[in-house]
Amino acid sequence: MKPPAFRYVDPRSVADAVGHLQEHGGGAKILAGGQSLLPLMNLRLVRPQVVVDINRISALAYIRETDGVLALGGLSRLHAVVGSDAVTRRAPLLAEAAAHVGHLAIRHRGTIGGNLAHADPASEIPAALLALEGEVVATGPRGARTIAVADLFRGPLSTALDPTELLTEVRVPITPPGCGSVFLEVSRRAGDFALAGIGVLLQRDGEQCARVRIGVCGVGGTPLRMREAERILERSGVTEDTLRAAARAVEHAVAPSDDTQASADYRRHVAGVLTVRALRQAWQRAGREGR
Amino acid sequence: MARRARGTNVREIEMKVNGIAYHETVEPRRLLVDFLRDQLGLTGTHIGCEHGVCGACTVLVDGQSVRACLMLAVQADGAEVTTVEGLARDGKLHPLQEAFWEHHALQCGFCTPGMLLTAYELLQTNRKPEPDAIRDAIAGNLCRCTGYQNIVTAIQAAAQAGGRA
Repeated sequence: MKPPAFRYVDPRSVADAVGHLQEHGGGAKILAGGQSLLPLMNLRLVRPQVVVDINRISALAYIRETDGVLALGGLSRLHAVVGSDAVTRRAPLLAEAAAHVGHLAIRHRGTIGGNLAHADPASEIPAALLALEGEVVATGPRGARTIAVADLFRGPLSTALDPTELLTEVRVPITPPGCGSVFLEVSRRAGDFALAGIGVLLQRDGEQCARVRIGVCGVGGTPLRMREAERILERSGVTEDTLRAAARAVEHAVAPSDDTQASADYRRHVAGVLTVRALRQAWQRAGREGR
Repeated sequence: MARRARGTNVREIEMKVNGIAYHETVEPRRLLVDFLRDQLGLTGTHIGCEHGVCGACTVLVDGQSVRACLMLAVQADGAEVTTVEGLARDGKLHPLQEAFWEHHALQCGFCTPGMLLTAYELLQTNRKPEPDAIRDAIAGNLCRCTGYQNIVTAIQAAAQAGGRA
């Protein structure tokens, strides 16, 4: 089908965009890459009165390093994130996760800000940013505020963002030396949403696991941080036994549901398998880093 | 650049499609694929699922593949667009089109325009892709005749024939 009629505005600045959001409140929708919003509009599941197209706000498309933080403008295309030298070197987990989002044609348009604001529980970027302990900057009528990615997601397609706020920046701590990271997922076909996906950031101190952060997607109403599995590994290191215990902790912590793609049981099983694979790979990568 | 036409919810846009400049008036809700087909008469770009799943409507916008059903025509204001009609030159099929013909890479032909543009983009960056790389690149383009094997063969053959042109 085709989208129903709407009023279209394409502001050139964040202030103007926020002005439009403030004027129209819940009746307005922000159009970033459009790779999730336009399908919903075509299917008429979403019928905004006003579409605020932010694609002409060129100041929102940037990737830069400042003070130990990688800052990405909300309008950064996922294709740019995948190909960015800064992201690949400073937060490789994010680049790896972004490469799993959709197909090339989707990543050409899709943006990191739009991906997060849409809050699809199967999306890869949120899980990676949970593991990376990233945060987002939301700009609204009263200025900018910072929200930890861990506090961003409220439920499927639901976030802590106010309807008058624009997600203007994603901030990611630069991955320190001695870390290994990996993003793995199982999907029916390359480019599909993950049945289950996992992002791991692991800091190794010789044979000790100094710090590990695990984020998963596709196995709950929001992306989830796997804290119990993290504790097991940080306490007892990475061995075949602790990997199995971590996988069991993940299987216990996730809350998948049945759908046409896969059963909840299968998703839970896959999450456990991916946990072992991802941790083993991150451990090896961290070992190579440390030498 | 887009100018708002007075009193109505329409915009004027300029776009270069397959090298030809157009100046048109559109409703903001008009999808790029409908603009190409209905307003410019370029019906080579097909509409499949209309929600970004099938890849039949893939076109190049400023040299990058996009789903033309997931972009508004107003968003392509000022852009250069390439559709399947833009692949042939001087009445001669593009090497990819020749290879699709030679290797029976189309049955009903519905997915073909999207397949061709996706393959065209792949060969821009990877001159001699392995079959796995080809399969990965066309994973977002559905062929319901399930003729994938011949499509992969054709893309490989075009690459060997120097199909970047």
